[in-house]
Amino acid sequence: MIDLSHLKADFPVLGEGVHFLDSGASSQKPIPVLEAMDRFARTSYANVHRGAYKLSVASTDAYEAARERVAEFIGATDSREVIFTRGATTSLNTVAFGWGLENLEPGDRILSTEMEHHANLVPWQMLAKRTGAVLDHIPVTDDFRLDLDAYRQKLGPDVKIVAFTGMSNVLGTMPPVRQIADLAHAHGARVVVDAAQLVPHAPTNVVDLGADFVAFSAHKMLGPTGIGILWGKMEALQETEPFEFGGEMISDVTLQDATWADIPHRFEAGTPPIIEAVGLHAAIDYLDSIGMDKIFEHDRELTEIALERLGDVPGLSIQGPPNTVDRGGVLSMIMDEVHAHDLATILDEQEVSVRSGHHCARPLMRKLGVTATARASFYVYNTEEDIDALVLGLRRAGELFGVGR
Amino acid sequence: MSLEDLYREVILDHYRTPRNKGHLDAPDAKAQGVNPLCGDDITIELAFDGDKVASVAIDGQGCSISLSSASMMSEAIKGKSRAQIEALTAKFRGLMSLDDGTDPGLDPDRPGAALGDLEALQGVRQYPVRIKCASLAWNVLGEALAGP
Repeated sequence: MIDLSHLKADFPVLGEGVHFLDSGASSQKPIPVLEAMDRFARTSYANVHRGAYKLSVASTDAYEAARERVAEFIGATDSREVIFTRGATTSLNTVAFGWGLENLEPGDRILSTEMEHHANLVPWQMLAKRTGAVLDHIPVTDDFRLDLDAYRQKLGPDVKIVAFTGMSNVLGTMPPVRQIADLAHAHGARVVVDAAQLVPHAPTNVVDLGADFVAFSAHKMLGPTGIGILWGKMEALQETEPFEFGGEMISDVTLQDATWADIPHRFEAGTPPIIEAVGLHAAIDYLDSIGMDKIFEHDRELTEIALERLGDVPGLSIQGPPNTVDRGGVLSMIMDEVHAHDLATILDEQEVSVRSGHHCARPLMRKLGVTATARASFYVYNTEEDIDALVLGLRRAGELFGVGR
Repeated sequence: MSLEDLYREVILDHYRTPRNKGHLDAPDAKAQGVNPLCGDDITIELAFDGDKVASVAIDGQGCSISLSSASMMSEAIKGKSRAQIEALTAKFRGLMSLDDGTDPGLDPDRPGAALGDLEALQGVRQYPVRIKCASLAWNVLGEALAGP
């Protein structure tokens, strides 16, 4: 059993008796991240890429160093392939409207899946409406996996984009990204991976993933809110038009026209999240100091323990794979006769924080035949004690509502 | 404030055995409402006898607070006139601390006293995120009464 319990002291929010099990929504921030941002704001902050003075140079250096660090962290061969956005949602919208509007024609098909977060679904719906393309979905099987046979049948020369999650925020399922990507490429489609849950929890190498675009957010990986990443393969970025326009992203502007700055800056209109980039840099340093392999294994062990103990709670079932094969530390729970919101309220009374609701994945919830689940998700600072508290709280909920009585 | 105060037996009873559940054959008024944050979904149908609610039917999905509130509300409005329902709604909103400044005339020591079973929901005000659960049915009722 990997013991990371010493890390908890790095997270000021996580006091004694606090059981934070909602990292799937957003993670807590360790002191080194908070201090890096604070130090930078106190000593080196100015706007980037436009000042000839020392502070601006220092700020630009820090911002670009963060880009280098991200590239290294995800195995990108060229740091210009790392674009800073406001979050994974903006990253996905950038692909949909930067790449999609340029490259789709009426009748083309976009393939997504039934297990997507709204952020990797609604942009494709809008893109389809604007281009006349058709949006289709890879179904989810009864054992909470993507139906790859159905996927193969849906593929064809008219499929231009295959967009799917690297780790479901509801089920925990980790689809075989490489396999899906290779099949898509064999048909000439571009591959978009929503890695918002994947990158924070599993060692990720974008080249090995085989995708063309990978989107994720800093705030789910111990970093600050307000900054996300779009990684794009250079040739795919070269096919992409900017999706936002303004300062920072131009090369020259006349009253009637403009030309774009080089990649990646043409995709970063306006003042970027500079302090946040410094925080993200520190978060990656923190994650790497633990080791992503270790983090993945830690989450896996906790998930295994939780699956086992939750199995003994009367009336409780898990919407997601019942084992830890190709699965992340996300547990969507349903208790007979007790609605997810009631579960969340009762758990909160025991200082256990879980997310309740549809998790921004209503089509998946409909497919599962539920309106809401209570979701527990694990990260580096979680321990077996958090699972004990969760199980205790769930039993309390069952008693209060007379489950099985 | 304990969980037992929030989840009183009368709430759990209405949740497990919702009153006036289903649909009316020929409703005079109907409205549906969802809480987009959580997916709770309630439909209310009303039939009138003159100015008074003769029958009411409620259908939907939700948590114990939203469904019990809907169930208790359905009992409370039956046989009441529009004006009486308006007054009841004001009292309920007062109970949830949602009133718009007009005094709903609640006893500060026992604000739910005028509301019958609905008094049991007074624990909800200690859980601000759940107030919208308790209010959903009442908002839908307001829409149904306002008509198309």
